[in-house]
Amino acid sequence: MKNSMQFLGMAILAAFLVLLPLLLPSFYTGLLSLILIFAIFAMSLDILQGYTGLPSLGHAAFLGTAAYVVGVLNVKVFKGCCFGVELVSGIFSAAVVAALLGLIVLRSREVYLLMILMASSMMLWGIAFKWRSLAGGDDGLPGISRPHFSLIAWDLAGTTHFYYFVLLFFSIAAILMYLVVHSSFGHTLLGIRESETRMQSLGYNVWLQKYIAFIVAAMFAGLSGVLLAYYNGFVSPTELHLVTSAEGLIMVILGGAGTLIGPAIGAGIILLVKNFVSCYTEHWMIILGAIYIFTVMFAPQGIYRLFKQLLQKWRPLWKPS
Amino acid sequence: MSLQGEGRGDRGPHRMVFVITQIINGIVFGMLLFLLATGLTLMLGVMRIVNLAHGSYYLLGGYIGYSIAKVTHNFFLACLGGFLAIGILGMVIYKTILEKRFAREALAQVLITFGMLLIISDLCRWIWGGTPLAIPKPSLLEGVIHLGEIVFPVYRLAMIIIGILITFFLWWFQEKTKYGAIVRAGVDDEEMTQATGINISLVKTLIFSLGALLAGFAGVVGGPFVGLSVGLDMEILLLAIVVVIIGGMGSLWGALVGALLIGLVDSFGKSLLPELSIFTIFAAMVIVLAIKPSGLFGTK
Amino acid sequence: MEAPLEALVVENLSKQFGGLNALHEVSFRVDPGERLAIIGPNGAGKTTLFQILSGMVAPSSGRILAFGKDITKWAAHRRAALGIGRTFQITNLFLKLTVLDNLLLAMEASGLARYNLFRPVSSYKHLHSQAENILKQSGMWDRRDIPVRSLSYGEQRQLEIILTLSQNRSLLLLDEPTCGLSPEEARGFVSIIRSFPRDYTVLLIDHDMDVTFEIAEKVLVLHFGRVLAFGSPEEVKGNSQVQEIYMGRDDESS
Repeated sequence: MKNSMQFLGMAILAAFLVLLPLLLPSFYTGLLSLILIFAIFAMSLDILQGYTGLPSLGHAAFLGTAAYVVGVLNVKVFKGCCFGVELVSGIFSAAVVAALLGLIVLRSREVYLLMILMASSMMLWGIAFKWRSLAGGDDGLPGISRPHFSLIAWDLAGTTHFYYFVLLFFSIAAILMYLVVHSSFGHTLLGIRESETRMQSLGYNVWLQKYIAFIVAAMFAGLSGVLLAYYNGFVSPTELHLVTSAEGLIMVILGGAGTLIGPAIGAGIILLVKNFVSCYTEHWMIILGAIYIFTVMFAPQGIYRLFKQLLQKWRPLWKPS
Repeated sequence: MSLQGEGRGDRGPHRMVFVITQIINGIVFGMLLFLLATGLTLMLGVMRIVNLAHGSYYLLGGYIGYSIAKVTHNFFLACLGGFLAIGILGMVIYKTILEKRFAREALAQVLITFGMLLIISDLCRWIWGGTPLAIPKPSLLEGVIHLGEIVFPVYRLAMIIIGILITFFLWWFQEKTKYGAIVRAGVDDEEMTQATGINISLVKTLIFSLGALLAGFAGVVGGPFVGLSVGLDMEILLLAIVVVIIGGMGSLWGALVGALLIGLVDSFGKSLLPELSIFTIFAAMVIVLAIKPSGLFGTK
Repeated sequence: MEAPLEALVVENLSKQFGGLNALHEVSFRVDPGERLAIIGPNGAGKTTLFQILSGMVAPSSGRILAFGKDITKWAAHRRAALGIGRTFQITNLFLKLTVLDNLLLAMEASGLARYNLFRPVSSYKHLHSQAENILKQSGMWDRRDIPVRSLSYGEQRQLEIILTLSQNRSLLLLDEPTCGLSPEEARGFVSIIRSFPRDYTVLLIDHDMDVTFEIAEKVLVLHFGRVLAFGSPEEVKGNSQVQEIYMGRDDESS
């Protein structure tokens, strides 16, 4: 029963995502692209936060690095888009940052880890902010051109076409992340989350498992950075900033840590609220801050779990006896 | 954040002047960071509270001091106002939110205090605008001192003295008073400290308020020197966190040493390699962590 | 003919925590297949010894050799791979995970499955059928989908032993396995431990003297971190120092 329900839910969601651009004005299609991009970001953070128990306030480091690599290649090197190279370089650079950072950082305890990751990503922000010659400094790098696939006549400058481009990568990423999380490797992450000492005494090289998870999560975050660079058409230091990392974290918590789909929902909610509220007031940051606080106070298990709990309660009502 | 040192310079005959000026600037900035890092390290190391709004306390305190100075033309009233206002704010925030059960875990605190950071940041921009402001120095401390070829402002000297005084006060507090003993023992063990008859909740509230108060005070004191601008809250929070990481959570000595180190690195970094000054701070942090993962004076 | 290699050799092991001397110059040997009980009053250093043997805590000085290898500086997981297994005094299971998950994690620890990023856990048929056998044998099969924190305390202790046995370790460190159990449950444990095959070497810490002397072939008595006595149960019981300090007062079942 449970599985067919889930399958039905997924099918409806898939249909929804595919058909939406045909039903809504292009503004919403564009917004949905952004939501899918951040959904990948949030889901990748969930691998660390929800499944391994490694909270991070520096996840933007991976998104931002990948975005900047794409920006630099696109604007300065190729002077146009060379998609294959940019995609691989973006993801690879995120992996390298994670590989280096992981060596320094993963031996530390929880609170320390949180702060060191935050400091590290803000360091990268600081570098991007000041580095005018390569990264454009606080102005960022404008003029990123989207990929152009002449063979399929896919013009990604258009919002709708770009949306399907993003949807394609979102689907691939979501499926891959689902597989990772349900793999035997993913299983060990759960164990680490629950009790590192037990895992050690069982014989697991806990540090190595965490290191691999860290790099894998970074690669998916890097993918979201690549897509974001194309979406915006520019890169700015904000992509590396604590604010972006924190947004990712709240998307995970609000949606439901450790569920993978929860964070995707969280991404949708946060971005919709941001967009909606900023139409009415320029003080949307206060609302966002309030959301952070209220989420922790009232829905720490996340909306997805809340939703499932409600479904359980109402099941007797519609299930045929 | 501008740190214009007088006599910053070209090499050659003025190199000595340059070095000494940077050292003094570094110490001055380090003292400011120390005020901030103290609160943070106490909150982290002793109370296990992650307070990402700490930089916001600094900024808000500075802005409040600015307004008071503007109205009363009295710098000392501004200082008093800044630190009282933020001390009280800290107390209120602790009692109403951070002490509660939902705020037990580090992650919850991170998100709650980050939410506060956003709220306070926006409020500051709303009330005081987006243009950078500076608090005028008190007339008593204006002017410069000449020491041989070196020229530097009296105000900065005063800041160093204030920093030293506060260091002594905190040292006395931690080593010589009853409350300090509790802080040293770690307020975690509630059963044990309850058995000694001390109101642990009161102690925790006091410590949190002390931290907030120092941050607010630093905001005013740093006003003439560093200025007040949008984004300063995050920048200075970042530096304070690096200081705590380097110095070790919970260690006041670590906060002092770390703050001075970062102040010096920042000062030299900004004048020698302005584009990558943040990188030098990062490098310092990485080096320390590689040698001692829990910080120079850290215990875990 | 070569003498059989000792399972465990501990030489002059010491550990200081700040100013506190938790262990001081502790030395002893354990033959393969032997059952050694470690007793001593609270704070004698028994758990510290286990922490050091399993690799969770580093010693201040001294050497440890297991199966002929110097493992003094080895990380915990390497020792586990060598064959050292451990149960914990305070239940250290994966509380939010199911019984089956706990067992699978114990079993996956030695293979390459733990690094396979894409193959679903559910596809490991061999692992699952092995787990099924183990759970059916111990009567926990129908509890397999229940989160461990919902099990009774006795069932949790039982699961701890099951996990350890499923890993085919050869040197078992059992830290207070009967802690908190009723007398019948404790007796059940004693018979399980007594039925371990001879290729297991067992080190046991337990407060219950009945349990200890039913299982032990050798006894090590620790007092304030030092070795007070080491020998067969009779020798130790007969040791006047031991009687004075530890046993003589309430346990007359010698």
